[in-house]
Amino acid sequence: MEFQTKSFWHYFKQNRLAVAGLAIILVVFFIAGTASLIAPYDPGKTNVSKKLKSPSSEHLLGTDQLGRDVFSRMLYGSRISLSVGLVAVAISLVIGVFVGAIAGYYGRWADAVLMRFVDIMLCFPSFFLILTVVALLGPSMLNVMVVIGITSWMGTSRFVRAEFLSLRERDFVQAARALGMKDRRIILRHILPNSLAPVFVTATLDVATAVLVEAGLSFLGFGVQPPAPSWGNILTEGRTYIFDAWWLTVFPGLAILMTVLSFNLLGEGLRDALDPRLRGRR
Amino acid sequence: MKTPLLEVRSLTTQFFTEDGVVRAVEDVNFEIHPGEILSLVGESGCGKSVTGLSLLRLIPIPPGKIMSGELLFEGRDLLGLEEREMERVRGNDISMIFQEPMTSLNPVFTIGNQIMEALQLHQNLDKKEARRRAIEMLDRVKIPSPEVRIDSYPHQLSGGMRQRAMIAMALSCQPKLLIADEPTTALDVTIQAQVLRLLKEIQGEMGMAVMLITHDLGVVSEIADRVAVMYAGRIVESGPIEAIFGEMRHPYTRGLLESIPQLEEKKKRLNAIPGQVPNPMDLPTGCKFHPRCHLMIDDCKKEEPPLYPVNKNHFSRCIRWKECC
Repeated sequence: MEFQTKSFWHYFKQNRLAVAGLAIILVVFFIAGTASLIAPYDPGKTNVSKKLKSPSSEHLLGTDQLGRDVFSRMLYGSRISLSVGLVAVAISLVIGVFVGAIAGYYGRWADAVLMRFVDIMLCFPSFFLILTVVALLGPSMLNVMVVIGITSWMGTSRFVRAEFLSLRERDFVQAARALGMKDRRIILRHILPNSLAPVFVTATLDVATAVLVEAGLSFLGFGVQPPAPSWGNILTEGRTYIFDAWWLTVFPGLAILMTVLSFNLLGEGLRDALDPRLRGRR
Repeated sequence: MKTPLLEVRSLTTQFFTEDGVVRAVEDVNFEIHPGEILSLVGESGCGKSVTGLSLLRLIPIPPGKIMSGELLFEGRDLLGLEEREMERVRGNDISMIFQEPMTSLNPVFTIGNQIMEALQLHQNLDKKEARRRAIEMLDRVKIPSPEVRIDSYPHQLSGGMRQRAMIAMALSCQPKLLIADEPTTALDVTIQAQVLRLLKEIQGEMGMAVMLITHDLGVVSEIADRVAVMYAGRIVESGPIEAIFGEMRHPYTRGLLESIPQLEEKKKRLNAIPGQVPNPMDLPTGCKFHPRCHLMIDDCKKEEPPLYPVNKNHFSRCIRWKECC
């Protein structure tokens, strides 16, 4: 694999945008990890005497209608956005890989049943499905993560199924069987590692979607509930003051934009670097 | 006579495809004794690989199905075993190596990893011990500096080395029977000879039996003890290697042997058997070889001939075996 890793980096590095995306993502992760250390103020601390102050050296990104420091709230908000994105994608990966692996490996009726189920799931407009479920279960960060996870695994399962369909016919799978390995072992140890590259790519792109969906839900009031800061609900609260305090909407909007864009660029870069057929096209 | 290690009795394997039933293996009988090399010879599609896979019950079901027969391995019928018990037989008692060393190894793991996996699975060895044994096996298949090579990925090895690694993997648990399905077909001629010699050598040391599946009679003549010639899913002639190469009693065997190019002769054209292998979904009546046979008489079309005993251990499925060859 040493050889392959080298060429992977070689190709990945050529894609400047993907490298930039990776860099931004790393910065966002760093911020999320160290929010409590770098935030100048307590994100929940109100100070009505200083409400709606424009950005200054005291409050880098200004203050909101309750006098809370927007910069600090944004830093903490990155935690929520990222963790919702990552946990939701983790849930969707587990379901998607499981369903795809079973369908692709066993084929026949297992495949038919599972893939028809995937088709049914895909028929629902997912954002409205998520809205409905969250409305029923009550909005909370956990619910948002779980609901995004269980409504976004279908793409992954199709990918994994396609990989399994082709990999299960490969000789090394036959050889593993001839050595007396059980199905479970063949699936987990022999086929799955060979099918992970495209899964990583979709997962990266899915994180972007999940971050966006969380922001959208929070914006509509069905996501992370105030006073907990998320980029989405900072945006909602600022909406009322959009003409008086532009910083309340512009900065969270930019943060969402940059993060989503970065994950998309990274995902595309990964895809190009991992798929030799796409190399050299750029 | 010793008891055979494996006794195959009227094995019949069929594939149920959308276009019809493919009778890939029909009423095949043979036995393999401990320490013996039996070679299964025939053209592509004659059922030799399906026979090999059937022994390990690796036929994809569906579309395939082992219709009937008994596979008595040390007296136990493999067809009657639970899948769980069969898993313990595979790789441990009976192992198999395949034609393509390029694709038979998992590209994302080191060869050491793959050999150790088999050892840990069947022999309950811990990691350290398994690694030691894996190095030993690599050394045994004559891979240079095995302690280094054990951490190589398949793509870092040459074709011959990969096949050696494959052999090391298959033999790591010291099986009693090795099924080698065209083990040298994908290799260079020079490497072929090395791998064959290695196989024969290890077979001698470990005292295991080998079922060698091949279409290459040159390979057969080099290492086999006994030969079974297959045609259209049936064994048409079987016997000790000297008998098959010296006094063959079936026109098909003769055709196969004559179609080997001879260095001494300066003929322009190869001797080929006229006609084509019959469509397995639409086999001819009677003797399956009669449309291509120069000895064909009317009786050949009527009934499938049984295996006539030429002598104690030489059999031919030809009515005219006495006149043949």
